[in-house]
Amino acid sequence: MDIFEILLSASFWTAAIRIASPLIFATLGELICERAGVLNLGIEGIMVAGAFAGWMAVYSGTGLWMGVAVAMAVGMLFGLVHSLLTVPFGLSQHVVGLGVTLLATSLTYYAYRLALPEVTSPPKIEAFQPYEVPFLSDIPLIGPALFAQTPLTYLAFILVGVVGLVLYRTPLGLALRAVGENPSAVAAQGLSVTGIRMGAVIVGSGLMAVGGAFLTMSAFDSFFFEMVNGRGWICIALVVFGAWKPGKALLGAVLFAAFDALQIRVQQMPLGADIPYQVFLMMPYFLSILALIVMSRRAEVPAALMVPFNKGER
Amino acid sequence: MTGAEAAQVVLRLDSITKRFGKLVANDAVSLSLREGEVIALLGENGAGKTTLMNILFGQYTADEGAVEVFGQTLPPGNPRAALDAGVGMVHQHFTLADNMTVLENITLGTRSLFSPRLDRAAARDKLAKLSADFGLQVHPDARVGSLTVGERQRVEILKALYRDARILILDEPTAVLTPQETEDLFATLRKAVKLGLSVVFISHKLHEVMAISDRVLILRHGRLVAERPIAEVDEETLAALMVGSEVSAPRVAAGQPGAALLRLHEVTTPDRGSAPGLKRVSLSLHGGQITGLAGVSGNGQGELADLIGGLTGPDTGRLELDGAHLQSWSPREAVHAGIARIPEDRHKTGTIAEFDLIENAILESYARPPYSRSGWMNWGRAEAFTREIIDTYDVRCPGPGTRIRLLSGGNMQKLILGRVLEADPRIILANQPVRGLDIGAVNYVHSQLLAARDRGAAVLLISEDLDEIMALSDVIHVISEGRLSPGFARGTMTPAELGVWMAGQGFEKETAHAS
Repeated sequence: MDIFEILLSASFWTAAIRIASPLIFATLGELICERAGVLNLGIEGIMVAGAFAGWMAVYSGTGLWMGVAVAMAVGMLFGLVHSLLTVPFGLSQHVVGLGVTLLATSLTYYAYRLALPEVTSPPKIEAFQPYEVPFLSDIPLIGPALFAQTPLTYLAFILVGVVGLVLYRTPLGLALRAVGENPSAVAAQGLSVTGIRMGAVIVGSGLMAVGGAFLTMSAFDSFFFEMVNGRGWICIALVVFGAWKPGKALLGAVLFAAFDALQIRVQQMPLGADIPYQVFLMMPYFLSILALIVMSRRAEVPAALMVPFNKGER
Repeated sequence: MTGAEAAQVVLRLDSITKRFGKLVANDAVSLSLREGEVIALLGENGAGKTTLMNILFGQYTADEGAVEVFGQTLPPGNPRAALDAGVGMVHQHFTLADNMTVLENITLGTRSLFSPRLDRAAARDKLAKLSADFGLQVHPDARVGSLTVGERQRVEILKALYRDARILILDEPTAVLTPQETEDLFATLRKAVKLGLSVVFISHKLHEVMAISDRVLILRHGRLVAERPIAEVDEETLAALMVGSEVSAPRVAAGQPGAALLRLHEVTTPDRGSAPGLKRVSLSLHGGQITGLAGVSGNGQGELADLIGGLTGPDTGRLELDGAHLQSWSPREAVHAGIARIPEDRHKTGTIAEFDLIENAILESYARPPYSRSGWMNWGRAEAFTREIIDTYDVRCPGPGTRIRLLSGGNMQKLILGRVLEADPRIILANQPVRGLDIGAVNYVHSQLLAARDRGAAVLLISEDLDEIMALSDVIHVISEGRLSPGFARGTMTPAELGVWMAGQGFEKETAHAS
């Protein structure tokens, strides 16, 4: 099989879209935070917590969608912690973000051991199953890739549109973008900078957790340590790659996922025998950095990103 | 004025007091504003004008006193309530988001955050109507970042009008405007007053206060010291009331021109975005002379200043410093050669906001003795130098260790002036040196520039204020689209004649003549 055959195979694109889905949730979450002017480095830990919380809820007997809701709620809780420290208290967003990541990761492992003290290998759950959309899934190549996925993947793609609509077509989105560009403009219009920023971080963190939950509830059916494996950091880069726009961020997520799906397949090709497999593992990151350099040079960063707002300061 | 007596009082401030630590910014200030009236709040920098208006607008909470709008007492510290009551504020530092469009900036916060749609069509119609009614032309879909300062101010005013403001507060609105833009602003304000709005105009430019207001209130050190109908005062009286004593502009005698210290010969620089580069500019700066550069901003003044300051080099043409031909020089070489800069934007390029006065005072000389030797700072000497500037140049501040962003614009400029002049420079590049300063500070800066000239320094004065240029300059050049007019000696040109050059006419004849 050569690379062209891989690129034209439905199974490759099905895998790429599946790999992209958690990235889409988490990237949207990060994008919402950053558009409001808050860099959320808690993303990696929040994804871990979301992955565990959703899976644990389902394992304890709730329905799958309830599991997603639990994951979201846990993410929002960490978002509340993050936003309290960074918005009204105006603490360093880097330090708080990394702190939230460490806190969420450790608490997750702690909770895991409390809940399952005896197990050697984590139990499996009945995960989301692919749903084939009638007719659409029969389209060659695109059909299986886009319309034979799990419901959470459909939700991820729908959310891209929803976030775009909210950002650009509603007063809420306008205020959210403005608060990331010039908070004093928002304050001068009588709106609460603190309220809008905290809300954005809380909702964004919720989406990150759903991204994590996708891993345990849709991509796999169990929870492992190291499962998130740097996906959160990738999403931070994807937000920049997407120039803080939801549509472009989606493109970036799919592109990265395609590289990832490709490297697994290239490893199994004859030439893969002579090259250490780590080189292939590195490829998606390497290509993403290249793409980032090309795409984001002219991107407009939200002007007030990482700038705390203190009311009444001279 | 007869109708004003009967008109309704729309705004009343009742003995407002505000303290910042030990500083009393407002001391029991009371005022009232009637419908269709323009009042001016006049005072030096730091007199408490902006603080008072921020209290009215709910951005600060007063320690004592109350604000009443249309008979209703406003809850303290709540901008939303002020907006809803019909108070619109045009801030001195615009509160606009550069990356967003005009329409987005204006509609921000005007609808409930939870309403599902923006309804841009209705917003656009309302904006178009306001633009027409008040003569405020601006494209609704333009990015605010791409607008000129004058246009941005129009957006700020439209923002207030869009929310149906009945009382407009303008904080130093003309500080950033060209004379023409100021006239346009005044025309808009007159229209607004005709439509029944009331205006509070904060300024320290006396002729503008005389031109636009019905009544003037004078603040000094946080206290309301006088309140007069405009018909009963003149500029001299106002100036005296403002500073508490007689003020006089420095007397300007003709300079004694010496040798040419800096020459540009047929210099061309590349265009920078919308700002034109220099086009075959020839200029000599002589010692003992103030050379004025008149022109509307953005016509190449910045490029010329950067070239002389060593920030850029020319594409073609020759530079000559003290008779030596040079291709270009770095900013450090410029400092060493005795070129001193008073930068156009004292916040961005003149100072480092979070640094204290000492660090800012040695910003250009820190790497040289006596402030540093063999790689080690000598903070004692730096502090002594700073104290000297503070005393000599009357910089009002709590002490040399204060962070500079806590100083008023005038005091910041005095520190820069001290830094520049204490190095005893031979060439002084003064780019908009008095922009945004009050009359006391303006006179001070001007007298210092004249004193430097009389010591033999060559001064290049770049300003949009034609009055300033004509008052101080021994030779005047006009710059337009990167082209430089010939030099006109003091007193040979009227403002109208210079205005023709500023509008870009006369250069063709000149080039034809030269070739």
